[in-house]
Amino acid sequence: MSLETSEIQNDRSGSVGLVKPQTAVIEQPLKLACGVVLPNHTLVYETYGTLNKNNTNAILICHALSGNHHAAGIYEQDAKPGWWDQYIGPGKPIDSNRFFIICVNNIGSCFGSTGPTSENPETGKPYGADFPPVRARDWVESQRLLMEHLNIDCWAAVVGGSLGGMQAMRWSLEHPDKLQHAVVIASSMKLTAQNIAFNEIARKAIKSDADFCGGNYLQENKIPHQGLALARMIGHVTYLSDELMGQKFGRDLKAGDLLQGKTEPVEFQIESYLNYQGDKFSDFFDANSYILITKMLDYFDLAREYNHDPIAAFSHAQCKFLVVSFSSDWRFSPTRSREITDALIAAGKDVSYIAIDSDHGHDAFLLPNERYQAALGGYLSRLADQLEGAQ
Amino acid sequence: MNHNIDFIKQWIEPESRVLDVGCGDGSLLASIRDQRQVRGYGLEIDPNSIASCVEKGVNVIEQDLNKGLKNFADQSFDTVLMTHTLQALRYPHLVLDEILRIGAKGIVTFPNFGNWRTRAYLSLRGRMPVTKQLAYQWYDTPNIHFFTYDDFEALCKERNIKILHRQFLANGFPDAMLKSVWPNLFTETAVYHLSR
Repeated sequence: MSLETSEIQNDRSGSVGLVKPQTAVIEQPLKLACGVVLPNHTLVYETYGTLNKNNTNAILICHALSGNHHAAGIYEQDAKPGWWDQYIGPGKPIDSNRFFIICVNNIGSCFGSTGPTSENPETGKPYGADFPPVRARDWVESQRLLMEHLNIDCWAAVVGGSLGGMQAMRWSLEHPDKLQHAVVIASSMKLTAQNIAFNEIARKAIKSDADFCGGNYLQENKIPHQGLALARMIGHVTYLSDELMGQKFGRDLKAGDLLQGKTEPVEFQIESYLNYQGDKFSDFFDANSYILITKMLDYFDLAREYNHDPIAAFSHAQCKFLVVSFSSDWRFSPTRSREITDALIAAGKDVSYIAIDSDHGHDAFLLPNERYQAALGGYLSRLADQLEGAQ
Repeated sequence: MNHNIDFIKQWIEPESRVLDVGCGDGSLLASIRDQRQVRGYGLEIDPNSIASCVEKGVNVIEQDLNKGLKNFADQSFDTVLMTHTLQALRYPHLVLDEILRIGAKGIVTFPNFGNWRTRAYLSLRGRMPVTKQLAYQWYDTPNIHFFTYDDFEALCKERNIKILHRQFLANGFPDAMLKSVWPNLFTETAVYHLSR
């Protein structure tokens, strides 16, 4: 008996364990916002937990710029857990004991779903720079086709941070009857000029790499490593806070010293860290995908087609909202989350807003934080209670 | 001390919009929502209270009232409610103005520092009152403004605030009996329904 109890307790804070990605080929044509039609497309996704008998407990996790379908658990050949493993799992805030959780790699990205590295059926070569521009609404549409494929009529919740939150908001406007809750974390209704500026510097870094070859580097058997690494370094700085960088690295030196009379250069820890992050990123991410998805971020403007009136936009939503921000996030600042919240209140929608104190900058949405975990867990636990009560 | 203020629900129209400024654990807002089918939002700053609201499914917005309520449009709510919070704010009079800018009507409750127990405590013991109603030591109390029923009435007059209803609450003897005769002396909690 006591053994059983301890097993259950372990289970509650555990991992979803070994996972395997699945592949769906969506045969329905997908007309993108730019007008181009993808006659079919491939989506790689993972699921955690079990779909209940009425198919009502499904949660869609929307990934951000560099994310993918591997949100939780581990692979047989790779012990590094998924990108949101802190938040998804048995007994975790997004509880795989209670919900059926789906995370899909979105089109235009580079982890197996149709994107710039896929073969263009018209040429037999990788799309490269010719992959059509994709908007957040195209991701939503593609996710809706996967939803049909999986026989789910309505999401219990659509959950996402950053660009993921933008998808959750877009879901609430495009398919108001297909989600009960939208959880919008560290997000924004549109990027600021400063945000667009950082994205453009990142794109410029990639395009300036001689190995970029105008985007057709795969055909030339080249990879613009340097440019992509630089783009990531720029991005990475903006996802952290000044305070955190100070605490983590300060002015610590990795090599050399600052005594007078020395000619060799020193290397600060932060330099070494950023170079490592940039190099690592350029090994697994695709440069064209980076350009495509940063442009998606820049173009996103939730209320554009509603006469730039967020209240008018959100008046179309039917779901309930949870909005979460982080104090030191300067890329998607708490002010942006407050704008979302205020528009939802003015539109008369159910919304709760939680402002989490954190010095982890924009990255905070991915990292452990007691209050954030409790808030997200508390919100979704109530939803699970309701769903289980209705069974 | 918690007085039952369920009667304020009669002042709130069914299906109207209610903003509860300083909503605590969300109990009152949840019961107004369930009984009057209102669209309610609570503002709160305390993390534990916010968590309780989330558990109850009450719409709760994390917001520091001392930083203002400018994000809410004029007359965007039917009722703005504030229970036992006015005495804890930096500028109560400005918040009162804000309540009636945002809401067509306001409902405000506060502990009456003019109650005879409080007066007796201060005058006889010479120490700041620590009573059931005001259960804090002076140095760590959230209540930074001490005012009485009479003070509040004077403020309303000065700021041209209409008093639609007032209720005086007190428990026990003799307060419950005498609160209507001599409100400033026997009221423990004062409840006001206000408009411009």
